Amino acid sequence: MESTELVVNGKAHKLEADSRVTLLDALRNHLGLTGTKKGCDHGQCGACTVIVEGRRVNSCLTLACMHDGDEITTIEGIGQPYNLSALQSAFVAHDGFQCGYCTPGQICSATAMIEEARAGWPSFVSDDLDGPAELSDEEISERMSGNLCRCAAYPNIVNAIRQAAGEQS
Amino acid sequence: MNAHRKMDKPDTRNRLDDMSQGLVGTAMDRPDGPLKVSGQATYAHEWEVPDMVHGVLVRATISKGRVTDVASDEILADDAIHAVITDDRLLRRPAQGGANEAPPQGSKQVDYFGQPIALVVADTFEQARHAANNLKIGYETEGNAAFDPEAAATETDKPEDDQLDQGDLDQAMRNAAFTVDQVYRTPGHNSAAMEPHCAIASWEGDKLTLRGSYQMLNFNINELADALHISADNIRMLSPFVGGGFGSKLGLSPEAVAAAIAAKEIGLPVCVTLSRQQVFETTMRRSETHQHVRLSCGEDGVLTGLGHECLVSNLPGEEFYEPVTQATHFLYGGKNRKLGIEVARLNRTCGGSVRAPGEAVGMQVLENAMDELAEAAGIDPVELRKRNIPEQHPEKDIPYSSRRFTEALDEGAKRFGWDKRNAKPGNLREGDWLIGHGMAGAARINILSEAKAKVTLLANGSAVVETDMTDIGTGTYAILTQIACDMLGLPADKVETKLGDTDFPAGPGSGGSWGASSSGSAVFLACEEIRRKLADKLGSDERDLELADGKAGTGEPAQSLAVILDGEEISAIGHIEPGKTLEDWQQATYGSYFAEVAVNAITGETRVKRMLGVFGAGRILNEKTATSQCYGGMIWGIGSALTEELAFDNRDGHIVNHDLAEYHIPVNLDVPQIEVVLLKERDEFASPIQAKGIGELGICGAAAAVTNAIYNATGIRVRDYPATLDKLLEGLPDQQQ
Ligand code: FES
Ligand code: FES
Repeated sequence: MESTELVVNGKAHKLEADSRVTLLDALRNHLGLTGTKKGCDHGQCGACTVIVEGRRVNSCLTLACMHDGDEITTIEGIGQPYNLSALQSAFVAHDGFQCGYCTPGQICSATAMIEEARAGWPSFVSDDLDGPAELSDEEISERMSGNLCRCAAYPNIVNAIRQAAGEQS
Repeated sequence: MNAHRKMDKPDTRNRLDDMSQGLVGTAMDRPDGPLKVSGQATYAHEWEVPDMVHGVLVRATISKGRVTDVASDEILADDAIHAVITDDRLLRRPAQGGANEAPPQGSKQVDYFGQPIALVVADTFEQARHAANNLKIGYETEGNAAFDPEAAATETDKPEDDQLDQGDLDQAMRNAAFTVDQVYRTPGHNSAAMEPHCAIASWEGDKLTLRGSYQMLNFNINELADALHISADNIRMLSPFVGGGFGSKLGLSPEAVAAAIAAKEIGLPVCVTLSRQQVFETTMRRSETHQHVRLSCGEDGVLTGLGHECLVSNLPGEEFYEPVTQATHFLYGGKNRKLGIEVARLNRTCGGSVRAPGEAVGMQVLENAMDELAEAAGIDPVELRKRNIPEQHPEKDIPYSSRRFTEALDEGAKRFGWDKRNAKPGNLREGDWLIGHGMAGAARINILSEAKAKVTLLANGSAVVETDMTDIGTGTYAILTQIACDMLGLPADKVETKLGDTDFPAGPGSGGSWGASSSGSAVFLACEEIRRKLADKLGSDERDLELADGKAGTGEPAQSLAVILDGEEISAIGHIEPGKTLEDWQQATYGSYFAEVAVNAITGETRVKRMLGVFGAGRILNEKTATSQCYGGMIWGIGSALTEELAFDNRDGHIVNHDLAEYHIPVNLDVPQIEVVLLKERDEFASPIQAKGIGELGICGAAAAVTNAIYNATGIRVRDYPATLDKLLEGLPDQQQ
């Protein structure tokens, strides 16, 4: 048993759990925060994406006990059904999902991705490694390619992110 | 109160066009959207069930034989381990869609590598997983397993009612001006829905509640009852949110029965979730196919002969086979025809329905062959297809219902700028990239399925729709809400649709693209009955009733529903059954695809630059969700064309690439901004709401548009899917210099 304190969506949680518990299973099975999804448990799909200390991570690929004291943002911390973030609203308006299972991961990922671009991080499709990263459709697609969507809502995921990122800038 | 209709006659009233609320057909947002984007929708694993423990399935590591020993005692020594279940009722294979009874049971016999043979239950998931990995299994293997569908020794059989030999195809081929005679292969596919299969079973006395991720609860409940040897009256199944299905959740799968048996045995609720690898191994695969296509035509390009003979595979004893020739039977003419299916019996994961069984791979190949014929005959591919749209059904003496194939081809060609295409392969180059354009036709049979739904108009003037129908991402919550809104004259926020609970009337389940038209018709019929009751209250004729914005009246909606209802509520169950219109008319949906690809002249990498789909699928109930379904289908087509392939090891039949790192579904950057056009159509033969299916149409030929474009770009025909780099490399112009 490991004792870990996780600060999730601004609230501190004491976790007493097996050291094998991933951050994903800690959220889902121990803290009752089931908004974060498990699609593969192997870092292959992005459904489990959460934001740890400002950076998006696959929560299935990291153990909960490695995050003592870390600030974690999950989909529940991004917005609620009657108080959606701009990005969440854009996903609804553009139908950026179908079954909805990959969606919390897409939204957590995109929320952090917009910040990465704003901070000037380049991507595989960026022309200039130092320049400011304009979020063209191709940039959005590339930066979101770690989040699989079998329903294949990709065109609308891009539309939703383009709109929300545009509104924020 | 029941409103029943058997679809024996066309419904030409087009009533939904006359409703003044006007929500049907619009791009209304999904009512379930806010829950999904905020992580509040409850998928199978996510119910709060007190005292729940976790089970992990153990898989067979032989391909054929018997389990002789399960060393349960070793792991049961750990207090955290509750049980090792090896009950004879465990499912050996998943149920086929619509089975309505238990699939083969008993885990002592092993039919394929990866088959579930035991369940380990522990306090936590981590403990159960660890113990399951350590559980020692003894086997007795049988040496006569079959793994290769094309091996001479493999046993095959031919389903009798899927063989057609009409006229003389050999003769037609000999006498033709132009012919195509080619073999194509498509590999196996996995549905790879993002939510892994999961079930939580809990018992109260004899009553079982099973929360799971299933597409067709109306059948799944009977499959579960049969498997457990209990009455379906003692079971409640709940699947209000399903994280994708695509066929893999049509029939009951092993986790459900395992969870139920374990929960009963240990007296605690048990949750069993498949790992991603288990989803690949123990749910359904789409069969690989070997397709021999022969086409013959005269100088005018009009088909004189059509052959489509296919080899697919499945486990011994399975009745399902990939119905590859389904659309070939009615799409194009040609008097001389030979169509058939042969099934190889293999010890591989069970073959079953994966999005658009039949057409997904059958149309993909037929539309490649048509492209080859167009080239041989020197006729434009769009024109060739138009010349071969038959007036009469080529095999049966029945007419077609509404069919907008010609319009889809013309509209697509116009929007895509097809007339600007360079028909000569390998002639267009931008830097290192060879540019090509291709097109294909789309066709998918249409099905109406028996369905019931209950609609209640509450005394306060709002309404509730209830059915055990599911929404697997298809948009059921939206479209049933829209239909009820229009029929009862209510704004969207005054109708609540409740789904995925077997306590509600039995819907049609989500499968075969029939969900929307069937469950939508049931809601429509229930609402018609409620309108009749309302008209009675107003002393008028139902047909004169005007309903809008929560008000009703004759001529114009004058009085609020709450006042008319005066404290009462009205409810009705709508019940639709398929009838003569399904047998006496050939019903199908049609469309066209156009694609632009760039193939890297040095690496052989293909990128899809542009893709357009034009579809006619009867009345569109929600433009937004219908469009999304088409995106889904077309993007599956991109995957099927370029990357998706189940790799089997022919030494033991195991799936080598059983996860999402190795089985390559399209990712965001693989997909351009796809354009979807939905044609206006009403099919009065299809359903009382004139709607047909659209969930699968988007894939039925889509891959062919991509590979035809690759041919146009490079001059290389890939007839062995997927068109990966290695298959293009040798033929690329730069390599040949
Ligand atoms: S569940 Fe973590 S990446 Fe798939
Ligand atoms: S919405 Fe279903 S997987 Fe993305």
